Amino acid sequence: MLFTPEHEALRQTVRTLVEREINPYVDDWEAAELFPAHEVFKKLGQAGLLGVHKPVEHGGMGLDYSYATAMTEELGLIRCGAVPMAIGVQTDMATPALARYGSQELKREFLAPAIAGDAVACIGVSEPGAGSDVASIKTTARKNGGDYVIDGGKLWTTNGVQADWMCLLANTGEGPVHRNKTLICLPLKTKGVSVARKLKKIGMFASDTAQIHFDGVRVPQRYRVGEEGQGFVYQMQQFQEERLWGATSGLKAMEAVIEETIEYTRERKAFGQSILDNQVVHFRMAELQTEVEALRSLIYRAVEDYVGGADVTRLASMAKLKGGRLMREVADACLQYWGGMGYVWENRVSRFYRDGRLMSIGGGADEVMLQIICKLMGTLPSRRNR
Amino acid sequence: MKIMVPIKRVVDYNVKIRVKADGTGVDLNNVKMSMNPFDEIAVEEAIRLKEAGSATEIVAVSIGPQQAQETIRTALAMGADRGILIKTDTDAEPLTVAKLLKALCAEEKPGLVILGKQAIDNDCNQTGQMLAALLQWPQGTFASKLALSSGKLAVTREVDGGLQTVELNLPAIVTTDLRLNEPRYASLPNIMKAKKKPIDEKTPEALGIDTAPRLKTLKVVEPPKRQSGVKVKTVGELVDKLRNEVGII
Repeated sequence: MLFTPEHEALRQTVRTLVEREINPYVDDWEAAELFPAHEVFKKLGQAGLLGVHKPVEHGGMGLDYSYATAMTEELGLIRCGAVPMAIGVQTDMATPALARYGSQELKREFLAPAIAGDAVACIGVSEPGAGSDVASIKTTARKNGGDYVIDGGKLWTTNGVQADWMCLLANTGEGPVHRNKTLICLPLKTKGVSVARKLKKIGMFASDTAQIHFDGVRVPQRYRVGEEGQGFVYQMQQFQEERLWGATSGLKAMEAVIEETIEYTRERKAFGQSILDNQVVHFRMAELQTEVEALRSLIYRAVEDYVGGADVTRLASMAKLKGGRLMREVADACLQYWGGMGYVWENRVSRFYRDGRLMSIGGGADEVMLQIICKLMGTLPSRRNR
Repeated sequence: MKIMVPIKRVVDYNVKIRVKADGTGVDLNNVKMSMNPFDEIAVEEAIRLKEAGSATEIVAVSIGPQQAQETIRTALAMGADRGILIKTDTDAEPLTVAKLLKALCAEEKPGLVILGKQAIDNDCNQTGQMLAALLQWPQGTFASKLALSSGKLAVTREVDGGLQTVELNLPAIVTTDLRLNEPRYASLPNIMKAKKKPIDEKTPEALGIDTAPRLKTLKVVEPPKRQSGVKVKTVGELVDKLRNEVGII
């Protein structure tokens, strides 16, 4: 993939913004278990960073996805996982389908403010009984007059406490599970929506992860994204960006941890030499850096195909799988060489160890990625044969 | 009024530099380069003057290799209007730079030249002063505040012992100190717009300036590694050490 001087300038802007507007506050936000999403998103929006590859007529930059990738990579420099994840939800998880299939009116009402940073978005797919198995969701949206009436609930909703609207996946019909679902833009201030609780997690502290209930929530049918019954298909397409985003956001975070581990072990002495001078340590760091570069190449290849208009489900799933696994490997290997300091709470490596663990779970678990890859390799046994 | 802002492409301030093994200089292979931070402050100040209606055009000038064009693009993305690259592969010394800028001032006739007080690569802190002398223009160096009113420029300078304010007639030379402003980051729309802004290319020969170095670098070495200190328990012990071990009192 060829990056232009404009890609580099974009990276520089993201780096400066992260350094100035985000990193100095990350420790406070982690302690408070919440970050001011509206305030941070407004700054990103003003810099034109929330609509990098979104349509120009709604405030986006209309650039190809390689620019979005350049930005996502730099978000890895944020010194926690929660804030980049929240930004990724806004740009690559809750809005791609709306940008692609939403009516002009719907985009004006929901997409434009998300790009400007005036509205915070979240994505409502996972439920108490269905996460990675998207087809099994139970939330329903029944037609009533000109409205949909929504009942059910969502779980693990990132940005859920602060969000202004949700890109909701709900069952709108009885038919086959892959053709009965619809994506709907749901303003969360609507009557009948209740945020049940903010979940307490092992990491991603600054992120507000919510459980949300819907009790007879009424929204006009014009809030539907694209066609009725196409929700599952749209969501699967939308997952390509979500998964590419996930893998990409981990690259620089992993490199930062490797780099800081090298620094720390270079200074720290044991048995008469620096920890780093032990071959097992510097070889391991070289090994991990090699893996990160290999993952980066896989991602760039997937992005290049995606920019060219191809369906990249296969490569995006592989990148997500490898990204999740590698983050765990890097976190565990690096934490080990920090010794006792690695086990301390206020340490970047231990935070990364906690935050990075999510990558193998959120956005489709590793096992779901493997299923998809197997399906595309023709090795997944059909249900009848199992 | 036109403002000229000279900018230099230097090793990024985040990079941990290494001295070349043969001691002839700093290793620049595969090293990230950026705009000199003091120059970013100069660009920002020019943009603020333009936004306040005191300036009509900002010209960013860089002297260096072809890649210095990227540094000019950064200034254009921040808000400068056009760029001039004086292309040279020799590492121009401050006096050469000042002569080149003087030649350019004769062509461009700026009302104000804002420079960084120094570049973070060689820390010379000479170009602005030399340019003022060559042009015989007034200078306000190490500026921490600028105020323009009725054709006069008040420059608050950071000097030893406090702040000094001087009033300059225009055209004038200003060099920036760290506290003058906090430079903006370029928004993505402005980065894309900067692609279309013009950059002129010139050569030192065309401006009639000889860039041959007048100084010779004998050797470049890394600063000696700082030894760890000792903690003393009492003032008496400190005085004793200073007197008997260090021998400075």
